Amino acid sequence: MSVTREQVAKIAALARINVDEKDLDHMVPEFNNILAWVEQLGEVDTSAVEPMTAVIPMPQRLRDDVVDADPLTGGGKRDAILANAPAAEHGFFGVPKVIE
Amino acid sequence: MTSLTNLGVKAIADGVAGGEFTAVEVAEAFNANVAAAAALNAFIVTTPEHAIAAAERVDADRAAGKALGLMAGVPIGMKDLFATKGVQTTAASHILEGFVPQYESTVSQKLWDAGAGMLGKLNLDQFAMGSSNETSYFGDVANPWRRNDGGNAKLAPGGSSGGSSAAVAARLAPAATGTDTGGSIRQPAAFTGISGIKPTYGRCSRWGIVAFASSLDQAGPMARSVEDCAIMLEAMAGFDPKDSTSLDMPVPNWSTALNGDLRGKKVGIPREYRMDGTDADILKSWEDGIAWLKDAGAEVVDISLPHTKYALPAYYIVAPAEASSNLARYDGVRYGLRDLPEGAGLQDMYAATRAAGFGDEVKRRILIGTYVLSAGFYDAYYTQAMKVRTLIQRDFDAAFAQVDVILAPTTPTAAFGLGENVDDPLAMYLNDVFAVPASLAGLPAMSVPAGLNSQGLPLGLQLIGNRFDEQGVLNAGLAIESRAGFTAQPEKWW
Amino acid sequence: MSNYRIQGATGEWEIVVGLEVHAQVTSHAKLFSSASTAFGAEPNSQVSLIDAAMPGMLPVPNRECIRQAVRTGMAIEAQINKWSRFDRKNYFYADLPQGYQISQLYHPIVGKGALTIEADEKAGIPVDKVIGVERIHVEQDAGKLMHDQHPTMSYVDLNRTGVALMEIVSDPDMTSPAEAGAYIRKLRAILRYVGSCDGNMEEGSMRADVNVSVRKVGDPNLGTRTETKNVNSVRFVMQAIEHEAQRQVDVLEDGGKIVQETRLFDPGTGTTRSMRSKEDAHDYRYFPDPDLLPLELDDAFLEECRASLPELPDAKRARYTGELGLTDYNARELTAEVETFARFETLLAATAQAIGKSEAKVATQVANWSLSVAPGVMKALGDEADPAHATAQAQAAILTMQDAGEISGGQAKEIYEIVLKTGRAPDEIADTEGLKQQSDTGAIEAVIDDVLAANPDKVEEYRGGKDKLFGFFVGQTMKAMQGKGNPAVVNQILKAKLG
Ligand SMILES: [Mg+2]
Ligand SMILES: [Zn+2]
Repeated sequence: MSVTREQVAKIAALARINVDEKDLDHMVPEFNNILAWVEQLGEVDTSAVEPMTAVIPMPQRLRDDVVDADPLTGGGKRDAILANAPAAEHGFFGVPKVIE
Repeated sequence: MTSLTNLGVKAIADGVAGGEFTAVEVAEAFNANVAAAAALNAFIVTTPEHAIAAAERVDADRAAGKALGLMAGVPIGMKDLFATKGVQTTAASHILEGFVPQYESTVSQKLWDAGAGMLGKLNLDQFAMGSSNETSYFGDVANPWRRNDGGNAKLAPGGSSGGSSAAVAARLAPAATGTDTGGSIRQPAAFTGISGIKPTYGRCSRWGIVAFASSLDQAGPMARSVEDCAIMLEAMAGFDPKDSTSLDMPVPNWSTALNGDLRGKKVGIPREYRMDGTDADILKSWEDGIAWLKDAGAEVVDISLPHTKYALPAYYIVAPAEASSNLARYDGVRYGLRDLPEGAGLQDMYAATRAAGFGDEVKRRILIGTYVLSAGFYDAYYTQAMKVRTLIQRDFDAAFAQVDVILAPTTPTAAFGLGENVDDPLAMYLNDVFAVPASLAGLPAMSVPAGLNSQGLPLGLQLIGNRFDEQGVLNAGLAIESRAGFTAQPEKWW
Repeated sequence: MSNYRIQGATGEWEIVVGLEVHAQVTSHAKLFSSASTAFGAEPNSQVSLIDAAMPGMLPVPNRECIRQAVRTGMAIEAQINKWSRFDRKNYFYADLPQGYQISQLYHPIVGKGALTIEADEKAGIPVDKVIGVERIHVEQDAGKLMHDQHPTMSYVDLNRTGVALMEIVSDPDMTSPAEAGAYIRKLRAILRYVGSCDGNMEEGSMRADVNVSVRKVGDPNLGTRTETKNVNSVRFVMQAIEHEAQRQVDVLEDGGKIVQETRLFDPGTGTTRSMRSKEDAHDYRYFPDPDLLPLELDDAFLEECRASLPELPDAKRARYTGELGLTDYNARELTAEVETFARFETLLAATAQAIGKSEAKVATQVANWSLSVAPGVMKALGDEADPAHATAQAQAAILTMQDAGEISGGQAKEIYEIVLKTGRAPDEIADTEGLKQQSDTGAIEAVIDDVLAANPDKVEEYRGGKDKLFGFFVGQTMKAMQGKGNPAVVNQILKAKLG
């Protein structure tokens, strides 16, 4: 399957990456080259195969319902959370105004 | 006394413990080498003070008669994919430039707890996506090795752990951390004449490592000997309740159990790894490896891994799919770059920030990943790739019913020139054709130096073990190391 | 079948409603981090590195959240999937730090179940109706955006980010706003019985996404539906359905087409409008979360979940009418809310024990007291009553005296009034305030003799056949005894004396 310029632009929009016309010139053929190459997977008969669900088969561990069980997984660290924020005000992250 | 910077992990830890030299002397020697190697561009930031402070603690502990850790007095390089508290962590991207984590990754914390110090944060391919260290926002890393043709062309150190491989090969660090998603420890190790092991998926905690592809990412050590790798892996590995995929198993004493005697062991030679386009020199070194393992007592068995051909395309669906989602958090809201054009709304800000903050290869993979997960294509691409992944794992399971360890080349070629493959993503991806199958199956695999090719460049041999059998991999690696007699060093030009 | 219809120019329309209810799971810590879930804290104070999606952070699930989802599934007799897994739902929004929500699409933890809404003639639900539940899955809540604190910026608070939600998806089985209202009320009751969600809709612990479509009566095909997001009260859900169905009919009657879209409910106007911000939300690129492993529940875990389930609303109601002999109305009222039945059952046990009779024997008395007498007294007192004094022990003591004929119904109320105001003991009040009935037959006989002696003509008339005068003698006797005569004893003696 090969994708059109419009499709690549749509995918980029879905991925929230601005691309301009010039980018698309080289992106579209690259994209199609890679797609054509990965599509050889279609040759493999997988009708009787389950997709891998865990690299190393083991069940999911569950943790106890304890607040701030570990400082690395708990809350109460607003300063650390906001330390790298491009716009932090009054304890909030600031973003351009959103209209819902 | 030989130069301190020629010593490896074991020699340094023993020397410090035995009082032959102090940890601070070691740290100072490596700090000096790091400072003098700007031409390699192996580091994004250097942290000489961190190395010195850790060394001072070790020297004080020794003076106080306290027990010393496995890595006591060993200054290392930290791939800039590991979050380090208070030290900029970028994944070699513009979008994380200036990001200073308020937390320490589990693996780096374990290394500091074992007495290691940090020389700096090592350069890498951006978000670990690449095989040549040419996708870093902070510039290419140069391989310390050069061809013997007198041309002085700069070569790629491999990737994505290219800063790590270059630093260890150039004696800027006795060892460094790497991460391997589809060969990113093994391929750069092979390109620079050093050793590196990717353990079983789940051995090393992923907590605090900037994620590329969660089901594939594994940390591991890169060093100049098999024994150094074993020691450092012991310090890095271990169960972490903060990582759901962490293996809840004790960490074996790999280094003390190291044994290159392979009598009674079977080594598999996968016929599908004899691929078109593989260098004659590589095939020759593979033959050497077979001979060395026989010499070590192993029985060599031809095996088949029938789905090998499909590993790389499956990888280039799975890894970008996971990456497209893992990298969605880089949006300019909570940390890192924010590009807010005049009058832009929230979604415009995302698109502008991500366009400015991600490099071309990262964008390429995010787009591929977005596409293969999108409505109508998910089953044909992602589900099919995960089914093929099951088949690849089954191939290995069948092989390990027959043999103890698998021997193969690490890469299809030796190091190539910087810029040689940058315009052809598919050619670049082919570098990892031998490395990716073990990644997809979550198996331990290592690269050890096997000699030099006709151009004087190092070649690596790869050992792949059954899950949890790092020991088998390390032992076979040791058997090769002790027979390959690889002592060559890059001539210093930087 | 409900007979809710919308009249259009071209004919009658019926509506089809399905609800996706997001219920916050009762837990101390979040679904994938150990940050607190407590309501109303300072902005971003209950946020872990994981919730803020710092680079390299990883999720580990909270057992209690899984357990509560399983218990909820068991409470609606749903299929519990011993093997489930988490998927990522990918989209970009400022309240979603990871850029994806960890949810369950392909393999939810709970499969098909059902609940019954009760007949309610007035609301247009003629008979009990079973509403199918398609699935329950567990997922992360998002953060909160504040739009009115800064002229050009929205503020992001991540305290809610990562709190565990159960998304309970109904089948499109409801055909009127009333059925949808009844469904949410019933679901809320079950969640509160189970203890898996506090059901507090004002604090956002339960929100509904309302899927509505319309079709011509008799049309077997479903129309195109819209989804109105995050409606947070039963009344609003009903309003949203009413408005949205009418809007769709208007569009269709005008020859238009319904666009499948996400809409927002405006509680101020009771109307819905299209939600621009979710316009490309159709491609969520769900895939299994590679940071997590499949969730495998073992038999011991399921056993504990089942064993810890309380008696549920339907079973309780049946027991109240069956074993306890309560009226349908009383049983329904008493089982509607967790607090109501809990108070009732405590008082019932205390009263039965105090009186020394079986619970069934005293249930009707306790039910009437609990549903009408006690709330009446409490309400009349208003601020003068201290609810802390309304103990089961005090109320049981009052009911015991009443059962023994020591106090009348009126005296019981008076005593309870004093109890609520002062916390004094009921027997002591009865004694010292003279709030006791006279049951001493000798004393009552004496009074009756006086009454009969004082009214010889009336006695004559009564004996002559004017039975109605019996009430007069009772009244005179009670008046003479200042209302403290035990009516049963008075009746009995009067009957005997009048022959
Ligand atoms: Mg929904
Ligand atoms: Zn939901």
